[in-house]
Amino acid sequence: MASHEAVSNMHGAITGESVWNGGGSPYAIGSKKLGMWLFIVSDAITFAALLMAYSYVRVGSSLWPRPFGASSIANATVMTFVLLSSSVSMVLAVRAAKLGERSQTVKWILATMLGGIVFDVLHIREWLGLIEEGVRLFRNPWGTPLFGATFFGLTGLHMTHVTVGVIYLGIIALGIHRSKFTSEDVEVSGLYWHFVDLVWMFIFPLVYLMSAKFV
Amino acid sequence: MATNQTGEHVQGKRIFFYVWGYLLALTAFEVLLAYQQLNLKTMLAILMSLSVIKASLIISYFMHLRYERRSLVITLMPALIFIIGMMFAVFPDSLRLLQLGIR
Repeated sequence: MASHEAVSNMHGAITGESVWNGGGSPYAIGSKKLGMWLFIVSDAITFAALLMAYSYVRVGSSLWPRPFGASSIANATVMTFVLLSSSVSMVLAVRAAKLGERSQTVKWILATMLGGIVFDVLHIREWLGLIEEGVRLFRNPWGTPLFGATFFGLTGLHMTHVTVGVIYLGIIALGIHRSKFTSEDVEVSGLYWHFVDLVWMFIFPLVYLMSAKFV
Repeated sequence: MATNQTGEHVQGKRIFFYVWGYLLALTAFEVLLAYQQLNLKTMLAILMSLSVIKASLIISYFMHLRYERRSLVITLMPALIFIIGMMFAVFPDSLRLLQLGIR
């Protein structure tokens, strides 16, 4: 297969021809993977800016709302569990792809997508509940008006990433099924998925746990 | 351990489940922490540090960065940490915002 040749050429170039003669990539990874890493770094900066803005307003406000009761925290904990587990199924998909097991790869990618969809559904339910309670972007019944803007901004961007990730993984699964894509493509989509998981590891404690309602 | 047809080294599964376990344990600890009557700043500091630990676990093992060439790590990580650090340069202002009487 052409793609396997490309991979072995890449490796051969690294070990064989001198880097100074234009042989080999300095990072020993393909350009797709490097591209995804660079995108992840820039996306991490975007999320860091939003998280930093949120934390700034959170610490600097005396009347920050604490709307997340026990059921919301339980819901968000389940969402965290689902996302973390989907990351595990993604690494298993990457592993299967590297071992050349096509149907296993597709199966694990589908499991990952299912995790993403469950996460989205639970999250949208959470959103609708808050909107019903009267939370708007610049208005809420409890305190600092900016709560809605930071909450919906931060979790909304993350939810967009999850949704895009599910679509992306769907395309990759289809490509693997039709033998159009290689294990590198699976690995690159895995990087993106783990990054989305990673961002949630910051959003969950900072947004939910720091605004838990005390009984 | 196994190798595929291109001679690439493929990792065992077990490490992923260990990392998954650690991540879940840290998450459980964070949830417990949410119900302690802690000072807001202490809470932010503890949660942020735990999140950084979880993020490094994900980056190192799930995203495989631990096994990549050192040059890739050096290209990506210091710049990212520096930029995020620069963003937080103004963060201490928020800690005294309330004393300044700004609403």
